[in-house]
Amino acid sequence: MDLELMINSFPKLLNAAVITLKLLSVSLIIGLFIGLFFAILRLNKNIFINRFAYGYSYVFRGTPLLVQIFIIYFGLGQIEYLRSTVLWVILKEPYWCAIIAFALNTGAYTSEILRSAFQTIKPGIIEAGKSLGISNKVIFYKIQIPIAVRQSLPAYGNEIILMMKGTSLASTVTIMDLTGVAKYIISTTFKPIEVFIVAGGIYLFMTFIIHNVIKYLEKKYSFN
Amino acid sequence: MELLAFGDTGWGDELFYATLMTIAVSITAMFVGFLFALIFTPLKLSKNKFLNFIANSYTTIIRGVPELLVIYLFFFGGTGAVMFVASMFGYNEYIEINAFITGAFAIGIISGAYSTEVFRGAIQSIDKGQFEAANVLGLNKFGKFFKIILPQTLRLAIPNLSNVWQITLKDTSLISVTGLVEIMRQSYIAAGSTRDPLFFYSFAAVLYLLLTFVSMKLINRLEVKYSRGY
Repeated sequence: MDLELMINSFPKLLNAAVITLKLLSVSLIIGLFIGLFFAILRLNKNIFINRFAYGYSYVFRGTPLLVQIFIIYFGLGQIEYLRSTVLWVILKEPYWCAIIAFALNTGAYTSEILRSAFQTIKPGIIEAGKSLGISNKVIFYKIQIPIAVRQSLPAYGNEIILMMKGTSLASTVTIMDLTGVAKYIISTTFKPIEVFIVAGGIYLFMTFIIHNVIKYLEKKYSFN
Repeated sequence: MELLAFGDTGWGDELFYATLMTIAVSITAMFVGFLFALIFTPLKLSKNKFLNFIANSYTTIIRGVPELLVIYLFFFGGTGAVMFVASMFGYNEYIEINAFITGAFAIGIISGAYSTEVFRGAIQSIDKGQFEAANVLGLNKFGKFFKIILPQTLRLAIPNLSNVWQITLKDTSLISVTGLVEIMRQSYIAAGSTRDPLFFYSFAAVLYLLLTFVSMKLINRLEVKYSRGY
């Protein structure tokens, strides 16, 4: 065991963890909106809209995240037309390509989580709202959304942890996140176990925090 | 379309073999995962605190650390570990481990952590009366496990194992970083030499979708088979 290497690499890895957290939080926020949007489409009675939303979630859940990043980072740059638009400012940055891929990926999973949460709401609750003379909009925001959020917390907590692990793929498109820096230190020192313990420890610590925050929220918003 | 032609002019045959490689790694990894689950599920259910601690550490660490980091650990550390063991037996030459073995082992350990959780959950949700009934029938330990408990565990575990299989299948794409020529690596090579990444990565996505689609159909059949009588 090379303790000195472990101590020396700790601050470097901690700095890289900040990038991991940034990637995670930005992707999750965008992904949440995408997820909510597609969950609502999934509940639509129009079969085309419904199928379209299902297709999106099927494709993004059925293919590896690595393929999605590579299509966006290496693939989209190939389209001449895109290079001439404003979009190119974003698409030539590996950072934004990674975020787009992450957001679309987590959006697909989030839409499934939210859809099943909306479907577990008993029709009686909505009917009760209607009989009180509350408008559909208010029923949606004040009744359906809060119930759906509570229902989906455990599953969404898992999704956040999965996504945090997913951000490690940003290192494949030259972003120096926690995994990227860990790989760099391993390949220069050839001490994989030491670096794995430190980097893995930081990941586990973040998992631990997320897990406990979600648990706290679950308790806070539970019925009892 | 000529990009996908078989033979020297296209990438069809290369991608076909790469797909077979992806299937082979996934199945091997899933099998390695089952072996790990076979060891760790009893530890997780055991009343011994120390054994419990070992099993919990395994599932918590592996499920809390990115797959890619685990792969790097095995990729960079695997050779060293094997050479260390070999040196204890007096063998000091350089040993290079095959990318297939490293990859299948790394992904297998990950899939094993998920499988352990699935089996633990399935066994715990079997009614206590079933264990008692098995005892009453006077079956021996193996009879109890293989005739009574395991068939019921499988029925409860298949839907979740199906998820583990999907995760494992998609995780194999990460082994491409170690140079094993599976779908992802072959697409990377093809994209590089034809300068057509959009086509090849999209085609890779289609191949993965095809694999997940076919395996879903097969697993659904298994589910029906094991749910007979329910």
